[in-house]
Amino acid sequence: MNLIPSRRAWTIPGLAVAATLFATAVQAASKPDVGHFTLGNGLEVVVVPDRRAPVVTHMVWYKVGAADETPGKSGLAHFLEHLMFKGTVRNPIGKFSQTVAFVGGQENAFTTQDYTGYFQRVSKEHLKTLMEFESDRMTGLVLTDEAVAPELKVVLEEQNQRVANNPRARLSEQIDAALYLNHPYGKPVIGWRHEIEKLNRQEALAFYRRFYTPNNAVLVVAGDVTTDEIRALAEATYGKVAKVAEIGPRRRPQEPAQVAARHVTLADARVQQPSLHRAYLVPSSTTAKAGESEALEVLSFILGHGTTSRLYRTLVVERELAIGAGGYYNGTALDASEFSVYGSPKPGVTLPKLEDAVDAVIDDIVANGVTPDEVERAKNRLIADAVYAQDSQATMARWYGAALTTGSTVEAVQTWPDRLRAVTADAVNAAAKAWLDKRRSVTGYLIKDGQQEDKRT
Amino acid sequence: MIHRWRCLIAAAAASIAALAAQPAGATTVQRVVSPGGIVAWLVHEPSLPLVALNFAFVGGATQDPADKPGVGYMVSSLLDDGAGELDAKAFQQRLEENAVELRFSVTQDYFYGSIRLLKDRREQSFDLLRLALNQPRFDADAVSRVREQILSGLRRETTDPGSIANRAWWAAAFPSHPYGRPTNGSLTSVPAITVDDLRTFARQVLTRDTLKIAAVGDIDAATLGQTLDRVFGALPATGTRAAVPDVAPRDGGRRIVTQLAVPQAVVRLGGAGIMRKDPDFIPAYVVNHVLGGGSFTSRLYDEVREKRGLAYGVYSYLMTMRHAALFMANTQTQANSTREALELIEAQVQRMVKDGPSEDELAKAKAYLKGSYALNFDTSTKIASILLQNQLDELGIDYIDKRNGLMDAVTIEDARRAAKRLDQGGLLVTVVGQPKDLTSKEPGG
Repeated sequence: MNLIPSRRAWTIPGLAVAATLFATAVQAASKPDVGHFTLGNGLEVVVVPDRRAPVVTHMVWYKVGAADETPGKSGLAHFLEHLMFKGTVRNPIGKFSQTVAFVGGQENAFTTQDYTGYFQRVSKEHLKTLMEFESDRMTGLVLTDEAVAPELKVVLEEQNQRVANNPRARLSEQIDAALYLNHPYGKPVIGWRHEIEKLNRQEALAFYRRFYTPNNAVLVVAGDVTTDEIRALAEATYGKVAKVAEIGPRRRPQEPAQVAARHVTLADARVQQPSLHRAYLVPSSTTAKAGESEALEVLSFILGHGTTSRLYRTLVVERELAIGAGGYYNGTALDASEFSVYGSPKPGVTLPKLEDAVDAVIDDIVANGVTPDEVERAKNRLIADAVYAQDSQATMARWYGAALTTGSTVEAVQTWPDRLRAVTADAVNAAAKAWLDKRRSVTGYLIKDGQQEDKRT
Repeated sequence: MIHRWRCLIAAAAASIAALAAQPAGATTVQRVVSPGGIVAWLVHEPSLPLVALNFAFVGGATQDPADKPGVGYMVSSLLDDGAGELDAKAFQQRLEENAVELRFSVTQDYFYGSIRLLKDRREQSFDLLRLALNQPRFDADAVSRVREQILSGLRRETTDPGSIANRAWWAAAFPSHPYGRPTNGSLTSVPAITVDDLRTFARQVLTRDTLKIAAVGDIDAATLGQTLDRVFGALPATGTRAAVPDVAPRDGGRRIVTQLAVPQAVVRLGGAGIMRKDPDFIPAYVVNHVLGGGSFTSRLYDEVREKRGLAYGVYSYLMTMRHAALFMANTQTQANSTREALELIEAQVQRMVKDGPSEDELAKAKAYLKGSYALNFDTSTKIASILLQNQLDELGIDYIDKRNGLMDAVTIEDARRAAKRLDQGGLLVTVVGQPKDLTSKEPGG
């Protein structure tokens, strides 16, 4: 019943586990031998060995996302991601994907505010072939109008599918737009439709030449490989790609002091289940003071994770006001991050009444704090996720890639369980007091168009 | 804040089609028989301190009372909401304290469960699974809460184009068969479901006679055997299940257009497919990969997306059920291009039916399907899921070793013959949105 379904997997950079409570788990899952080095052209490389199956996950992450777009060109980073499948001087359109398919590989790509990634999963013997192709398109992209025009239509259909057809996604866009007064995180990754419609080949190429260069990328290889193997393969492929641009520090316009609580209401004729969603502007793991992001992680778990959380217990089970309720925090961002709470009222319960009840739960945590027992349970469960994550080479690759493209480090990923374990109830209480401040938040209502009773008065 | 913009396409076919994956020789599957006679397939993989165990009982939504669809779905939502001495809160807290991931779900044919646990919490974790299966409480407050949640979801579906299109398709294709009833029930059926209905379903379906189990991870055969008896041994040996007749989808050639004010129309097409045990299934699976399988190289992807930009996602798949076989295709596209996209898909299906794939396409599809099989064996959960499905499909414990050979053996004649079977009386089409110049029509209309 989440307003914005979001699972924790991405929010937890963590790998090396030395938990005390899960002692056996910890000993057996001792830190894998993660390799980390940088090529002469500036390409950073991470190797995450997992020898259980003879397959590899090969990812290239660029330190560029939607928040790096020029104002007025929203959607450009994502549009370029699509266009990266249109061929190079050496490998004309279709050849890369056909090769991936022929060797039984799977491929895809993704764009966020902070990074853009491309990946293939393949049997290990084909890794070098893919590294040759992927390194080739790092700087060799060729775009023709014939290839670009239909892809722009595809992206517009994608916007329809993800956003325009989906009232909850539309509300989510409005909340972000209102939350960020100055920072480009307020623009949707896919872009505003009127700006997507005007994107073109030249702009995409200019963006590509500005940001796609080995010194702005991270190669992550996870699976049945060793660091030595990858070092040799990377030198022979990516190592030959010349640096084509100098990359300065990533400085986006920052948020001013936020002083006014904001409310937005999206009315849509198709809404059958009203809901509310509040986002607070909070530090990310990159911008937070030491320990603060970890405390927010624990706080979000106690407040909003699953059916044992404060919000669910109070609103759904005890007070019977809501169908569902919860919250989450995603600390992986270069700049600020969001801490969210949400709820869907039962029939007959208005959104303002539900919001009051949400406020009461939050006010109680701010005033009275969490219990040490809650903190222990949350920490144990969060640390266990780091054990589960090691079951998936693709998950491990994503953790490292996301960390290194949002200002974090390999060491930070590996010490995450230790830092989490160090969180105290006092730290959680301090984080709640400091950051669950309505003046730094947007509360969004999703209502059925024409239904007055749920609108604010 | 992760947006996997291109990922939808890759996910579709592999997760739905019955044919699964292959290890490149690394996975050893043991058949474990517990002291009490319960069978499981096991991959003993001690390098990580966790265990994944997946299981299924025959009898999903088809075992709902005819006038009360949604009973099995509600049972699946309630098994972890209190069991034995533990009420919902206590049970959920135990799950959390032990970091157990416990899931139940239903399809039309099966009631599924899965558990993922940490090795040093094995006993406590399996005990929670035992309680959930053997002593679910169905307390009044939990039932009431879950009923409200299901109804909320059902209300939401009434204005969701994808849900409307799916419901319309299944209702029209199987009007007098359990497959035509919605798995999660309806706004009229769910309020009428009683605790007795839930208990009856659990008593008749959660029985040892149809149980299949797969386990992967840090657990040896002897320990697994003892665990099987403890978790599943007290379940009834047999249950009384309603017989489900074999059935073919109806109304091929019919088109049902439902008006809904959304910018993008949802299109679903489907007709009779090929049963899992039919010798033409593997050839048809290869043929479908050429037509609309889950890579960026299929004919549908090329014609609808790559050349014309009409849709973000377009794909086709074979769906095999216990009593029916289907061939399905999906897309979503704006109102002005709905007709064009639909006609393109139908034309591509007809072209494939008439001529089959080319030799080159067949070779490439086989190469992909063989090469990619190993990718399905890189996590414990994925391996457990495949080993369970192979048991449900009665494929034999050595199937993962044989599977690529079966792909290799498909000849162009096999492919052409199987392709002809992708049109057995036309496709039933449902469209939801505001498609331009596209109206409902009867078969042959």
